[in-house]
Amino acid sequence: MAAETGAAERVAGLDRLELGPQKESGFARRLWKGTWPKVLAIVIVVGAWQLVVLAEWRPVFVLPSPSRVLDELVQVVPTASFWDSVLLTMGRAATGFGLAVAIGMVVGIAVARFQPLRAAIGSLITGMQTMPSIVWFPFAILLFKISEEAILFVVVLGAAPSIANGLIAGIDYVPPTWKRVGQILGMRGFALYRHLIIPAALPSFVSGLKQGWAFAWRSLMAGELLVIVPGALSIGVRLQTSRDLNDAPGLLAYVIIVLCIGIIVDIVFSAADKALRRRWGLVAG
Amino acid sequence: MTVGTSTDVAVRLAGVSKSYGKGRTALLALDDVSFDVARGEFVSILGASGCGKSTLLSLVAGLDPLSAGSIDTQDHRVSLMFQEPALFPWLTVAGNIEIALRMRGVARNPRRERAAELLDVVRLEGFGRKRPHELSGGMRQRVALARALAQDADVLLMDEPFGALDAMTRDILHDELERIWRERELTVLFVTHNVREAVRLGDRVVLLSSRPGRVLKEFPVDQPRPRRIDSPQVAELASSITDELRAEVSRHGR
Repeated sequence: MAAETGAAERVAGLDRLELGPQKESGFARRLWKGTWPKVLAIVIVVGAWQLVVLAEWRPVFVLPSPSRVLDELVQVVPTASFWDSVLLTMGRAATGFGLAVAIGMVVGIAVARFQPLRAAIGSLITGMQTMPSIVWFPFAILLFKISEEAILFVVVLGAAPSIANGLIAGIDYVPPTWKRVGQILGMRGFALYRHLIIPAALPSFVSGLKQGWAFAWRSLMAGELLVIVPGALSIGVRLQTSRDLNDAPGLLAYVIIVLCIGIIVDIVFSAADKALRRRWGLVAG
Repeated sequence: MTVGTSTDVAVRLAGVSKSYGKGRTALLALDDVSFDVARGEFVSILGASGCGKSTLLSLVAGLDPLSAGSIDTQDHRVSLMFQEPALFPWLTVAGNIEIALRMRGVARNPRRERAAELLDVVRLEGFGRKRPHELSGGMRQRVALARALAQDADVLLMDEPFGALDAMTRDILHDELERIWRERELTVLFVTHNVREAVRLGDRVVLLSSRPGRVLKEFPVDQPRPRRIDSPQVAELASSITDELRAEVSRHGR
């Protein structure tokens, strides 16, 4: 039928006009765009450091030059004992963060679902989030003595509130029209959470995870310096030992390692966050 | 009124009232609204602001409880579309249609086939793997229509579905909606504040008063289809309806 083909063509034509041409930037270009600010940042920091060393503000055995620390890094990084320390610390981080995610999710969903709970502990969670977790250490040591559990306790307390808050905020801000659609489609109970509330809350939840990780990492480093469990050669213990031995290059090498781990994990979270936002169409590109 | 035997009636509203709040501050949104919608009929519901058009559709969809009266949709399945497509951004275009099927308990493979078929119906074949944000407003609204059809609804409630679209897109979507309505033998309740749109699409235009919403008048549209929104016949009826609407609005200014 002629009228039918006419209609089909009109619709297709309109769609094509409205979508417009697609532009795609190359991989190399995107990589360069993401990399050069980081390279510049390193150049600035190392340059400033070198200048301070050259000015002889402090003796070189206290404040070594960047090249001296780099030598130390090159020596330390390939050793097995270095990787044992990294594994030990990252294992603690993973356990603590994992526990915090589990607890944060349960608390978050419970608070978002039940009104009385929200009134009771909603603001408490925000309060805990602003609290420096190092405050908990004396109590943690009393509770668990000098042990892995003491460190874990503080890491979880540091991270869980952010994770719970991210989830609560995500659930609170699910747009009402989506909820109406869910109602029309007949979503109820668990299905409603699985197919609507949780996916809709995901961007906010990922932000919460990212923040939670930052708190977990800080708490862990504080913990490893304060709670030195005998026999466990963690990154924190290495830092403490370097200080005890007046080994400034070694100390700075481990500071740089801590920084690098922080940056790498942050890159992973940012990539997840960005991928999510791109899928949702919240960012261009 | 097109009242036939009860089997010909898809939706029957009898003395429907809806008020919000209680006591002296209660707001009466709808007051004693009664009309029938015949099976396969396209009814436009028209009114100025505050006539409770959207409320009416929510009630028919069963999303809100009535204050008084009754709504009988027989055993028809009812679906509702809004001005915003309200697609889920975490799902693909096909996924947004499949979720409606999934909630009805359709198995995975038939789900895929049905979704592809429905994309075909709204002329979006090949767009199934895209994300909603990659489509234009008109295309998204067609996905929302496909999702509503996926519920296997034969009564489609539409709440100003083309209100946010430009004139050209709207014009083309009128043709599309008319085609799908006829092909699938749907019953449509179409809420709008655009008089010409109401006349262009409806078998009948129900005019509601404002605050509270009451049925003011009904206009049968005895014009052959397909109509054009800019045809003199549509314009003529539209202008007489507009006169009524103006009178209703100025009543509130007195």
